[in-house]
Amino acid sequence: MQIDVQTVNIEQKNQTFTHLKKRFGDKKIPSRYQEASYDLQAEENLHYRPTWAPEQELYDPNLSKIRMNDWYDLKDPRQFYYSTYTLNRAKQQETMESNFKTVESLNLIEGMPDPVLAVAQDLLIPLRHANYAANMNNTLVCGYGYGTVFTQPCVYHAMDNLGIAQYLSRLGLMIGDVESLEAAKQDWMDSDAWQPLRRSLEDLMCVRDPVEVFIKQNFVLDGLLYPLVYQRIVDQNLVEQGGSGISILTQFMTNWYLESKRWVDSVIKTMASESAENKAVLEEWIDSAANHFTSVLLPVAGLAVAGNQADELVSEAHDELLQRAKKAGLFK
Amino acid sequence: MSKVFIILQANEETRSIVEAIEQDNPDAEVVHEPAMVKVQAEGHLVVRRETIEEEIGREFDMQELNINLITLSGNVDEDEDALTLTWNS
Amino acid sequence: MDIKKTPKKLNVKEKYRLMTRDLAWEPSYRDEKEIYPYVDYEGIKVHDWSKWEDPFRLTMDAYWKYQAEKERKYYAIIDAHAQNNGHLNVTDARYLTAIKLFLQSISPGEYASHRGFARVGREFAGVGPQVACQMQSIDEIRHAQTQVHAMSNYNKFYNGFKDFANQRDRIWYTSVARSFFDDAMSAGPFEFLIAIGFSFEYVLTNLLFVPFMSGAAYNGDMATCTFGFSAQSDEARHMTLGLECIKFMLEQDPDNIPIVQKWIDKWFWRGCRLLTLVAAMMDYMLPKRVMSWREAWNIYGVENGNALFRDLARYGIKPPMHWDDVEKSIDHTSHQIMLGLYQWKFGTAFHSWTPTASDIEWLKEKYPTTFEKYYLPRWEYAIAQKEAGGEYNNFGLPKLCQTCQLPCLFTEPDDPTQLAHRETEYEGEKYHFCSDGCQHVFEQEPEKYVQAWLPMPALMQEPLKGDLAAWMEWVSLEPTAAGEYANSEDKANFEKWRKQVSTD
Repeated sequence: MQIDVQTVNIEQKNQTFTHLKKRFGDKKIPSRYQEASYDLQAEENLHYRPTWAPEQELYDPNLSKIRMNDWYDLKDPRQFYYSTYTLNRAKQQETMESNFKTVESLNLIEGMPDPVLAVAQDLLIPLRHANYAANMNNTLVCGYGYGTVFTQPCVYHAMDNLGIAQYLSRLGLMIGDVESLEAAKQDWMDSDAWQPLRRSLEDLMCVRDPVEVFIKQNFVLDGLLYPLVYQRIVDQNLVEQGGSGISILTQFMTNWYLESKRWVDSVIKTMASESAENKAVLEEWIDSAANHFTSVLLPVAGLAVAGNQADELVSEAHDELLQRAKKAGLFK
Repeated sequence: MSKVFIILQANEETRSIVEAIEQDNPDAEVVHEPAMVKVQAEGHLVVRRETIEEEIGREFDMQELNINLITLSGNVDEDEDALTLTWNS
Repeated sequence: MDIKKTPKKLNVKEKYRLMTRDLAWEPSYRDEKEIYPYVDYEGIKVHDWSKWEDPFRLTMDAYWKYQAEKERKYYAIIDAHAQNNGHLNVTDARYLTAIKLFLQSISPGEYASHRGFARVGREFAGVGPQVACQMQSIDEIRHAQTQVHAMSNYNKFYNGFKDFANQRDRIWYTSVARSFFDDAMSAGPFEFLIAIGFSFEYVLTNLLFVPFMSGAAYNGDMATCTFGFSAQSDEARHMTLGLECIKFMLEQDPDNIPIVQKWIDKWFWRGCRLLTLVAAMMDYMLPKRVMSWREAWNIYGVENGNALFRDLARYGIKPPMHWDDVEKSIDHTSHQIMLGLYQWKFGTAFHSWTPTASDIEWLKEKYPTTFEKYYLPRWEYAIAQKEAGGEYNNFGLPKLCQTCQLPCLFTEPDDPTQLAHRETEYEGEKYHFCSDGCQHVFEQEPEKYVQAWLPMPALMQEPLKGDLAAWMEWVSLEPTAAGEYANSEDKANFEKWRKQVSTD
């Protein structure tokens, strides 16, 4: 008997799973993102309360001050599920690998002016510790946040932060071998410029409201840090001074920030439009954290540029952040 | 003595890997089952990068094993040259 | 420091240390207890987190690269499977019962592991285990998603798949797996790692993924085989994480040994009870068999498990407390479970059946001391009822075990003619158990297990109040998804479609 299964046309019984039909109708076949994300977290009849915090539910939307009628409204505009996420990053990683090779084979580091290398060492390499904190913070949001469409991108974001910390480590090894990493850690632990940031991150690691952590880490701190450090100091100042090689090795960070801020902004916009109460909470968090982190980043910018210019760059980044907040429907 | 083992998906890529493992572990036993191949040995099994490279005629990164690995048993020690499985009993 | 120093070539271990271990720092502005509030309360003592060993040293660049390769292969296969009506390649549509059960019970467990590992990846106070657990967290969401994507194509043609999300939370038998994972997640970070990383991954997932997935391939289901093996390639890392974790705890402080032993005892038993469903999948649901549950247990349970516990003996760890009871049950459980599923088939979102003549021959051969003596007569009775035009159903509600949530349908370890039943009174209430193992688990932590949501009593309470039709609607159980396979729409359709595509 020969079976030729390709040729027949069989009528389908179901277009989709019932939970997706309820959300999106069954006119269209749902996307793989939808299948992979919606309603995957258990909702009802959770068996036991956490022994680590018996006042909580196993999945508990009340861990946050933010309230959502449906947490699955917080979709990721990039529509990342594991496969699309991983394929995307693998492609970017391939580019980065060839960037590292280019910089190496053209001896771009050796040909770089000393002041540029000093900035890379003093400003960029210690940041790998800040990425570690961002990794931990996003892991918390993934673990304790509510609803898969909100929590899933956070594990990707956590791993991205680990990846960035590792790219920075490779850069350090290129410019000064293991001693570069050791010196950067020393700076992170002791030098005056880094202490306000380290203290703020230790404080943030003690916060347990997953949305508050998300806002302060991914919107506020990253929203100041990436425009300041990567877009302005690296891609403008250092490039002008002959540091294109550094900019090539931080390309992932620049692109990653542009990509992920669309997601972060969309989450904030959806939360803010849900209720006046949400809006007020978000405004309070963002307002205080934006002012706080702006002052924290000032001495960090000072590692790369003179005092006046540092003021200027930091306040530009602050304005840019508030613009994003306004576009998301806050502060108006 | 207890048996350690490594199981790989049965495909073209793993054919050479299994041959390399057999060369480095003459006492290992190879068992073929649907879609998979199991290599087992008493107490100790080593997968060597160099032998795989000789078999496949190109460079091989030990972490490439991940792609076709199904499971293993034993304490694992992996570095850039080899993956070793052992039981201490 | 000397800028522009030519870098030494670092070996993998050193490089990995610098790229992960070295990222963390000792906080000085805040107390560690504020950052890691849950790391102490289970009583596990850790003196030096840096002693943690990472066996697989994957940095993110390598992770993305190799995982992307796995993903490309996987989706190529399931795309082809969907485009080419791959579902018609399975040996027999009755096989689909196994993967319906998988989607309803196991995939939600993968998701729960994803969330659980994110939590412990945040709660451990050492960067080594943090990163290892985070990597497992992201792998586990991969498994949940690849499974949903593989099943999505079956859902288009067969009953019993489309309501898995609602059934995960409501239908009675899924609470067996749900309560297992909820139990692990509601425990502290160390116990979670023993539960999922060690007992489930190391000791038991080989039984689920290796012989069963090989069987899926043998039965023409390349979609399931591929997600199974592709997931298992991550499990190899996870199992190793579980083993490293247990060695780490045992080496950190001798006071940890009795705590770890208690968890091994508990989670081995919990896992074995959960796997009784897999036993039925292996022995009854694969139309063409690769090996019996007994044979799989001998290889992956006895041989591999013994090797592991001989290795751990140097720390003073003993084999799990109820090991002998499990061993005695292996020749019985698949039959007991399948008979149970068959008699309650009006209430399951999958089909069941009585074994065919050739199934019976195989079962006799694989279970020479038990099948013919204890279980064949019961199957023959059911077959006779069917032949007489009746149906073998048990409309009485099964009494569920308070711990494992399976119906109390298992027999005494030393007397296969006697149903096992245990009771414990706690704060004036009586609780029922299927076994000594489950009773023991309850008695260690009664305040936890009294909270269990039991789906059968729920049927009797508000808002259902015993109304079976209302219950079926509440659990999204359509009559076409339930009942005898022989009378099912799935069977009729499968045979019709196969006829359309077959030529002599």
